[in-house]
Amino acid sequence: MARNIDRDEVRRLMAQGAQIVDVLPAREYAEDHLPGAVNLPLRKIETEALRVLDPSRPVVVYCADPG
Amino acid sequence: MYDYGTGILDWKTAGLPVEGTNAQVPRLVDVVRRDVPTCSLGERLGDVRDRVAAAGWDACVVVSRGHVVLGLLRARELQADPQRLVDQVMRPGPSTYRPFVPVAELRGIMSDRNLESSPVTTSDGRLVGLVRRQDVGLGSINP
Repeated sequence: MARNIDRDEVRRLMAQGAQIVDVLPAREYAEDHLPGAVNLPLRKIETEALRVLDPSRPVVVYCADPG
Repeated sequence: MYDYGTGILDWKTAGLPVEGTNAQVPRLVDVVRRDVPTCSLGERLGDVRDRVAAAGWDACVVVSRGHVVLGLLRARELQADPQRLVDQVMRPGPSTYRPFVPVAELRGIMSDRNLESSPVTTSDGRLVGLVRRQDVGLGSINP
C-alpha cells in the first residue's frame, strides 16, 4: 500500500536517492517530468517495475494531479 | 512505496524545476511579481491607495486572511471615493492563472481581453503574485 506524501517529502526522498516514477503516458512524460524521473506508464507498471526499479531503494510514484 | 498524490501540477505550481522538451518554455513563475501589494475586504480605499502608491504600484490584490484571491483593484478602482471600502469597489473574482502556464499563453489572453494585469495563484487559490502587461511583453492599454 502506497503512503501519500507531499511535495516537501518528495524532495527529501529525492535527496536520499529515491526512485521517482512518472506513470503518465510517454508523450506527457517527454514534455515534462520531475528531475530524474523514469517513465512507467500505468499499463506497463506491473510488467516493467521489477525490471526497471531497484527494490532496495524507496519509490515515489506520481501522475498529473489528484483528478 | 510513496504516492505523490498531488502530482506534477503541484510540483510545477511551486515553481520547481522539471525536465523534458517543455522544460525551457518560459512560465508565469519566471515573470510573476511577488511583491504586489495586497489588502483585505474591509479596508478603506484611501488607506489602500496611499499604501499602493508608496510601493510604486497602481494595482492591489484583495485577499482573504488565508491569502486566497478575492478580487482586484486596478488603477481605475483605486481612483474611486477614498471613503468607500475595498469590497464596494473591487473587481470581484478575477480570472487567475497557475504559475506553470506558459508566458506566451497568458500574453495572448491579456492581449485579447485587454487585461492590465492577471493574478497568479496556486491551485487552491492562494496568491503567488501579479503579472502585468509589460511582464509578458505587451504595451500599455490605450485609453
